[in-house]
Amino acid sequence: MLEISNLTHVYGSGPGAHHALGGVDLKVAQGELVCIVGPSGCGKSTLLRSIAGLLHPTGGTVTLGGKPVERTPDDLAVVFQDYSRSLFPWMSVGDNVALPLRRKGMDRPRRREAATEALEQVGLAGAEGKYPWQLSGGMQQRVSIARALAYRPALMLMDEPFGSVDAQTREDLEDLTLRVRSHHDMTILLITHDIDESVYVGDRVVVLSKAPATVVGDLRVDLPGPRDQITTRENPEFVHLRAEVGRLVRGMRDDPGAAS
Amino acid sequence: MRFLRALGRLWLVPVVLVAWEVATRAAEDVFFPPPTTIVARMHEMWFSGPAERLWLTDAALENIPTSVGRLFVGWLLASVIGIVLGVMLGRSALLSRFIDPLIQFGRAIPPPALLPLFLALFSIGAQMQIVTITSGIIWPILLNAGDGARHVDRQHLETSTVFGLSRSQRLFWVILPSAMPKIFAGLRLSLSLALILMVISELVGSVNGIGFQLLDAQRSYDLPGVWGTIVVLGVLGYLLNSAFLVAERRVLSWHRGANRTT
Repeated sequence: MLEISNLTHVYGSGPGAHHALGGVDLKVAQGELVCIVGPSGCGKSTLLRSIAGLLHPTGGTVTLGGKPVERTPDDLAVVFQDYSRSLFPWMSVGDNVALPLRRKGMDRPRRREAATEALEQVGLAGAEGKYPWQLSGGMQQRVSIARALAYRPALMLMDEPFGSVDAQTREDLEDLTLRVRSHHDMTILLITHDIDESVYVGDRVVVLSKAPATVVGDLRVDLPGPRDQITTRENPEFVHLRAEVGRLVRGMRDDPGAAS
Repeated sequence: MRFLRALGRLWLVPVVLVAWEVATRAAEDVFFPPPTTIVARMHEMWFSGPAERLWLTDAALENIPTSVGRLFVGWLLASVIGIVLGVMLGRSALLSRFIDPLIQFGRAIPPPALLPLFLALFSIGAQMQIVTITSGIIWPILLNAGDGARHVDRQHLETSTVFGLSRSQRLFWVILPSAMPKIFAGLRLSLSLALILMVISELVGSVNGIGFQLLDAQRSYDLPGVWGTIVVLGVLGYLLNSAFLVAERRVLSWHRGANRTT
């Protein structure tokens, strides 16, 4: 459903130019949960912003559902890392979730209903009337996940969604992501710099090199479901994959499993 | 406890009043009547009317609502024009580049300097006063609205783009609320400016209003009347500011809450 071919992006020009993407090729099938992992500053966010139509890449193409992405596609939602700057502090939690539904031609009661349902799915039943800043960081990120869910996108992009919360909350949110994707027919692209997280959450882990980024590894994760924070992480397959992804991220390409 | 704290803040007021009373009685200067004389004159001027009119005199009913009305009309006009123009300038770098020099020039003109022009254009009356007020107080609103609209968080705008908000939704649900704290700062400043310009415009070009009464009292050597009118203007300014703060606290409760926690 998502096809990226030879995507390049350069910030600036001349000798000071920063080559963020150096020809990224990636195909994502309908319903997949793909984690993109790479060293810090490798251009992961640039890739995500190109897919979301927030940035015009200098070269290559992104097609979503057969159509080239030029502006933000209609059926795409993003969960940003910085929830406090993505949720609107002047609106209640319920209004934050319901706001994007206006364009779907839903009337007020239906928007409310959809917001309530989405908030229930992320474990925030009854929080509609609160303001985002009255909630903890993890709960705020749940609200922005609920906003994305209520929007019912075909593709959900998550940009280091759990990078600003504590470890315990992070695990909860990882499980939440796995849970909601089993309820929705949604393709998810999750960007992270956390190797464990990419293996734990993903059906597939795509490893990017450092900038200018290219795909240096593409591994299928065949872990038994349902996944569990304790047992999955001690599964030998998990340990093996984690090591492999770790090597790829650090640029050690001598591992035989790396070339795929 | 709250009462005691309020008392702790306000104890200086009666002390100053008593000291003023004692000093002015001792000095016996006609230009500085004691507060009791001023209050008696104020009562006579404004509040000695019949009970069914809330004890307001003809002079009070004729002048205070007239003045406050002009102030509000001028302030509302300035608010609407200032916010619309300000947000346009804030969101359009091109427009801002062309118009900014004009704005910088316009706001550098001291508002009372325009009075002779407005007197010539509109002659004495409400129209001239409202134009004076509006043109003098629009700048803080316009500049603050522009600044607020210019500095909307990039991620808030990207979120609106991602979720496909229309232009008007983006304006009313994202840009305006985000600029609201700055807009309110401008509105508050311009409200106090509006009172000043209201008095000035009534001193030069009016046949009624509180400012006209002030001038009238001075012309008839009614010094307690002058002082009494000054006190009324002070009270009016205080009340306007307090009412504005109450409104601001309601509209911007999210802003205070969000700032407390982050």
